Amino acid sequence: MSNIQSRRDFLKSTAAAGGGLVLGFSWLTTEAFQPKVLGNTAADAIDFNAYLSISPSGTVTIFSPNPEIGQGIKTAFPIIVAEELDADWEKVKVEQSPLDTKKFERQLTGGSGAIRHSWERLRKAGATARLMLIEAAAKQWNVAASECSANKGFVVHTSGKKLSYGELATAAAQIAPPKDVKLKSTKDFSLIGKSIKGVDNKDILSGKRLFGIDYKREGMLHAMIQRPPAFGLKLKSFDATEAKKMPGVVDVVSFANKVAVVGKTTWEVMQARKAVKIEWEKDKDLESSSDHDRIFKEMLSSSTPTIHRKDGDVEAAFKNAYKVIEAEYQCPFLPHSPMEPMNFFAHYKGDSIEMAGPSQTPEAAQKQVAKMLNLAPEKVSIELTRMGGGFGRRLNTDYAVEAAELSSIIKAPVKVTWSREDDMTGGIYRPAVRYRFKASIDKAGNITGYMLHGASINAGNSTRPDNFPSGAVENVLIQSNDHKSPITTGPWRAPITNFLAYAEQAFLDEVAMAGGKDPIQLRLELLDKAEQKPVGKLTYEPNRFREVIKLAAEKAGWNKKKKGVYQGFSVYFSHASYVAQIAEMAVVKGKPVLKKVYAAVDCGIVINESSARNQIFGAVVDGLGHAMYGNITFKEGAPQQDNFNKYRLIRYNEVPEIEAHFVYNGIEPTGLGEPALPPTGGAIANAIFKSTGKRLYNQPFVEQGATVG
Amino acid sequence: MALFNLKINGKTYKADVDGNTPLLWVLRDHLDLVGTKYGCGIAMCGACTVHVNGEATRSCVMPVSALENATITTVEGLSETASHPVQQAWDETDVPQCGYCQAGQMMTAAALLSKNSNPSDKDIEEAMVGNICRCGTYHRIHDAVKLAASKMKK
Repeated sequence: MSNIQSRRDFLKSTAAAGGGLVLGFSWLTTEAFQPKVLGNTAADAIDFNAYLSISPSGTVTIFSPNPEIGQGIKTAFPIIVAEELDADWEKVKVEQSPLDTKKFERQLTGGSGAIRHSWERLRKAGATARLMLIEAAAKQWNVAASECSANKGFVVHTSGKKLSYGELATAAAQIAPPKDVKLKSTKDFSLIGKSIKGVDNKDILSGKRLFGIDYKREGMLHAMIQRPPAFGLKLKSFDATEAKKMPGVVDVVSFANKVAVVGKTTWEVMQARKAVKIEWEKDKDLESSSDHDRIFKEMLSSSTPTIHRKDGDVEAAFKNAYKVIEAEYQCPFLPHSPMEPMNFFAHYKGDSIEMAGPSQTPEAAQKQVAKMLNLAPEKVSIELTRMGGGFGRRLNTDYAVEAAELSSIIKAPVKVTWSREDDMTGGIYRPAVRYRFKASIDKAGNITGYMLHGASINAGNSTRPDNFPSGAVENVLIQSNDHKSPITTGPWRAPITNFLAYAEQAFLDEVAMAGGKDPIQLRLELLDKAEQKPVGKLTYEPNRFREVIKLAAEKAGWNKKKKGVYQGFSVYFSHASYVAQIAEMAVVKGKPVLKKVYAAVDCGIVINESSARNQIFGAVVDGLGHAMYGNITFKEGAPQQDNFNKYRLIRYNEVPEIEAHFVYNGIEPTGLGEPALPPTGGAIANAIFKSTGKRLYNQPFVEQGATVG
Repeated sequence: MALFNLKINGKTYKADVDGNTPLLWVLRDHLDLVGTKYGCGIAMCGACTVHVNGEATRSCVMPVSALENATITTVEGLSETASHPVQQAWDETDVPQCGYCQAGQMMTAAALLSKNSNPSDKDIEEAMVGNICRCGTYHRIHDAVKLAASKMKK
């Protein structure tokens, strides 16, 4: 028996007769469901709960609390509410909720966790309002509520009478929200699972003011900030005499080892900043990439690594092995490079501060600004703007806190904008990591021992100790070392697993090869073992793993392709979703060309198929691009790439054909912002190996002579 | 500083700026046309693409002093209501993820289609290669260009 606690099993046990779910829950005690919690946005709109209001004209306004970064949450959340409400999607208007974590709890974009967190809450928000509308209609008609049903914005009686939600809204809002709400059976979904266009599409495509960088207030000043040009330097002195004379410049101030040029327009402060003469001095070690290579080797020979998981005895397994396979894989630092550079607006008013900007963690920004300015958190308001990407960069609050500090110094409303160079050299990189793997196999090619040692720079624990194949191998040792560096790092889309998955999946390919096993067969055998006789803690569901593997193999025709097509396989479980990928290479004029990537995905119920496909395609392109090209190197603490002329991002002509397939299993939905990225590098590297015989160990692949077309 | 008369989206705007100021910043900071985006400032990403006399042009490196008699179109000039065939195609294909680069992508595509109503895949590739989409929506961009081409023929 697996010792995994499955959410699905829990729900199964509470499923009621009739196909729907009846859940006894205490959500009525949360602020989100207390009536009249939001200020009315339209004069006549009637609030049902924090997630929705209905106006007498029939417009349903759904408030979407989580920050939109491009993952499609601003469309997905309202779809879930509208589904249970039985609203007419054509009459739904979506608004970004203000920051209020008392009501919405997790107003965060990260970890592909929004859908998982809010799935039930959103359904209940819609279902509760639906029941109140039905109740109101039943009262008006003087019939039993059980004779009424909801359909596309109307309550309908068995006699054929009907009333629109708009007509019922006022009366319905007076009804006490029901305590037990029967949610729809998944087979009755009419919106969830369809392809629904992004709710902001038209505003995006006609150039409306949506993003943080577009933010404007009357009397707002602009600022650009010069930060230390190398990690490990601090500000010694500066001379702004010339800069202050330049057109549009209002002031030049210094704080926290930075020099801020404040003025009337972005371009003017950008120019004036170049005229500030700044002297920096050494504060900490000025590290170069060559230092990191040395530090990695030292860490991997450390006799005192931190041990994260130990099952059985790997040393004995290695000693008794038929064969031992060892390999090391390394990745560089990466900037996030969202197309919209960092920016934030702040207006300090003495006893409060108003802010607006693109943040994946507005609550954290609010708390940190409050602390810095010695204000109560409720005195810090943050308006959530749409984000031009983030990929983890905007989980950090540095650029928001900095804008708040500057506004508190100059006592004026100001928007701080980062140039691309600031963005790329300003830190918070994906940490650089080197992994050492060692595995032992028996004569039949079965894995008997598995060791992973992570060595990282500012990553903390660079391993994910319970990830596959842990749980499927008798003897396992997972350990790591970390080096503290002045180079600032942080989460980057699919933190750690964005590279670890590649390394693991490429290494497993090596192990399969050494044992004479087909790579898919090797995984399936391990999963059988994890299911039948798991070793230690098991955090994945082997049957779900198996389904995506089989689906990918079937769609790609694994091992069934004609000569000249070279396939590489990879599968990964991250952020609660399962994704298998198969990459196909051809060799054209002696060089490998990536033709196609197949992705098989289990994210449970697919909320919005168009958006889900877009995420999968984008994640594959992202995974491919960064595995191929991404690289930030350092010389004495200074990043050597500062813009897209020196740092290569994948372009239109470099993407393969992609096919995405879902396992439609009706299981509670999980996230999709990240999980399709981790497997990509491995699938491609394994396909490159098949086509050329060359095993790629380090990223970026392009520096090992790899080509994909 | 000098006063420049700029013909943008069929209207005449006045901007009192230094002649070296790139069109991008005149649009965004002076004229409230923020649909044109800043991405790199060195003409490498295409987020700032506008049309100057019908040609797709990187506004981040185009000094305003060179544009006095030019006809300029920004994304707002395709249409304010997303009703231009290229905007419609982008919406129907549900291209955007974050959406930040899409104005530049559409301006590049619109310039291509105004000259070549039936572009081959190679033509599309040659036109679109200069525009980066960090979210990786390239497949949908391809589909949307094709759809826009078919819409414009009707």
